[in-house]
Amino acid sequence: MKQSDLKAWLYLLPAILFLGIFMVYPLIDVFIYSFEEGYNSASQTVYGVGWYNYSYVLHDPYFLQAVKNTFIIVLITVPLSTGLALLISVGLSSVKPLKDLYQTVFFLPYVTNTLAVGLVFMILFKKTAYTDGMVNLLINQFGGESVDFIDGPYWAKMFIMCFYTIWVVMPFKILILTSALASVDKTYYNAAKIDGTPRWRVFTRITLPMISPMIFYLVITGFIGAFKAYSDEVALFGTNLNAAGMNTIVGYVYDMLYGDSGGYPSYASAAALILFSIVLTITCVNLLVTRRGRPGYAGAR
Amino acid sequence: MKVRLEHLTKRFPNSNRKIKTEVTAVDDVTLEIPDGQLAVLLGPSGCGKSTALNLICGLEKPTEGRIYFGDDDVTDLAPENRGVGLVFQNYALYPHMTALQNILFPLQNLKGEAKLSREQMTEKAMEAAKLVQIEELLDRKPGQMSGGQQQRVAIARALVKMPRVLLLDEPLSNLDARLRLQTREELRRIQRETGITTVFVTHDQEEAMSISDMMVVMRKGAVHQTGKPQEIYDEPVDLFVAKFLGTPPINVFEGKVRGGVLTVGADAVMELEDTPDRDVWVGIRPEGFIPDVGGPLRCGLVGVEVMGRDTTVVATHPACAADNLRAIISADTGIGSSAGEVRFALKREKLFLFDKETEERVPFRAR
Repeated sequence: MKQSDLKAWLYLLPAILFLGIFMVYPLIDVFIYSFEEGYNSASQTVYGVGWYNYSYVLHDPYFLQAVKNTFIIVLITVPLSTGLALLISVGLSSVKPLKDLYQTVFFLPYVTNTLAVGLVFMILFKKTAYTDGMVNLLINQFGGESVDFIDGPYWAKMFIMCFYTIWVVMPFKILILTSALASVDKTYYNAAKIDGTPRWRVFTRITLPMISPMIFYLVITGFIGAFKAYSDEVALFGTNLNAAGMNTIVGYVYDMLYGDSGGYPSYASAAALILFSIVLTITCVNLLVTRRGRPGYAGAR
Repeated sequence: MKVRLEHLTKRFPNSNRKIKTEVTAVDDVTLEIPDGQLAVLLGPSGCGKSTALNLICGLEKPTEGRIYFGDDDVTDLAPENRGVGLVFQNYALYPHMTALQNILFPLQNLKGEAKLSREQMTEKAMEAAKLVQIEELLDRKPGQMSGGQQQRVAIARALVKMPRVLLLDEPLSNLDARLRLQTREELRRIQRETGITTVFVTHDQEEAMSISDMMVVMRKGAVHQTGKPQEIYDEPVDLFVAKFLGTPPINVFEGKVRGGVLTVGADAVMELEDTPDRDVWVGIRPEGFIPDVGGPLRCGLVGVEVMGRDTTVVATHPACAADNLRAIISADTGIGSSAGEVRFALKREKLFLFDKETEERVPFRAR
């Protein structure tokens, strides 16, 4: 018994070592930094211990802006992208000809380089000295005025940000949902057909419940992913996100560490832990809601 | 409700797109199932019986031919307008709904005049549940029920709208042997109680024989024989039907008719009247053998299996189409298991002749 225990730990050792050094230790360290005032990594000195870092971060207007941006992005992109992905997947699974082509088209953004996509969005939306961008040309065509989506008003920037995020995250969701739809046993649809079930009812009463585990999975991972948004913002607005007013919480953490005004690991740690607690809370709520939403589902086949 | 199929044909495009020829799943089937009877479509897998069922319920459209329920031509009607109930092989119960919700589902789809109030729906569902005896399981989900219970829920769901025709697609194949027997009787009872014309698809001949009023033996999309189970067993029209029915299966020998004498291998087994010379397949049911030291059929004894009521004699014969032949004799007929040779006399009515080429039945009279 003892011997085999020892063996088991031995086999686990490499994983534990790596996870310990690169995951657990930094986590604990971040936690400690967040309570140490004015920590200096070079001299390894602190002024004191307490809630000061949290207080500073929570009173920092840049942080509050980042929280606001992050929440807007999360609340808009997660439901919209999941809903749109569902619509497109249902469409995809009901068309026969050229199905593979459509599937490829919808999956392309997933394999395309973020920066390349950012460039395309620039061409579509950016206003330069030479051109107002393709979308603005379209707007002008319909008699509207040009809007600077990249350097313009907040709503325009937020619109393009959400648009971009949805466009980037959707392919994966479509992929998951089309395979979920395909895995629903056809005999259920035949059974529904025998009873003359209207299409909408088939969708809401049979298809949706059958693929709901996948939808919940996408919503939960979608929330987590959207809260951690950063690179997409950089791709669109460049690295100085605070100036653009489009920073996110992760962006704020990064700026505090390495940005032009960086070098404050304590503030960064506090912000990171605030983000962590937000994501944890939301995920727990999500799980609770989905558990309650389908009692006894685990027992069903 | 009488069900009539007229020249029903269903052709599918070949699944291999390079082959342009179509696959004929159901080939010119004409058939009439009398009102209130239980008919079984029987045949090996791929014989088109399930396709025939799908045509009757409307999940598939026939390439040619018409389908009538009573005097109504339902060929062009959608499934829900035909008044059919279908029980699927894997039951197809919605896993996220309770038994009651599953049974209510078809009722909730009713529109217009047929629309029912909540109370009426529950009443009908309870009626159906009572018929299949699952009242105490109504709040369970399919995953929490045994196969047999799921089966009953599926039948209740098919019956709740009181269909004109009930269709069952291999409904017993997912149950274990004991449950299958039990459910078989249960199905028979439900069918008798409701008096709904029922079409039952199976590949299990024993199941078919035991449950049906009328049996339809199919092969490669075509109907070979229609009739009461015992009639078909006693008077098969061809070698295929003869081989398909009966456990253990019929024993087939190569035989010849020469000068009014039927010989199996080197054994002259029977004298016939008015039968011209021809090569034949000789089919002898296992119960058609009588051990007889002076009998004409000389076989090598392989073994004896005692099964209580009956004894199965396993033997070899040079002209036998299979490796061994099986004869069932009553247990009190002693047969020495040590004997190297065993001889049988044959029962005339358990012996059939089939044409060597066409495999059609050849009538004969023994002298």
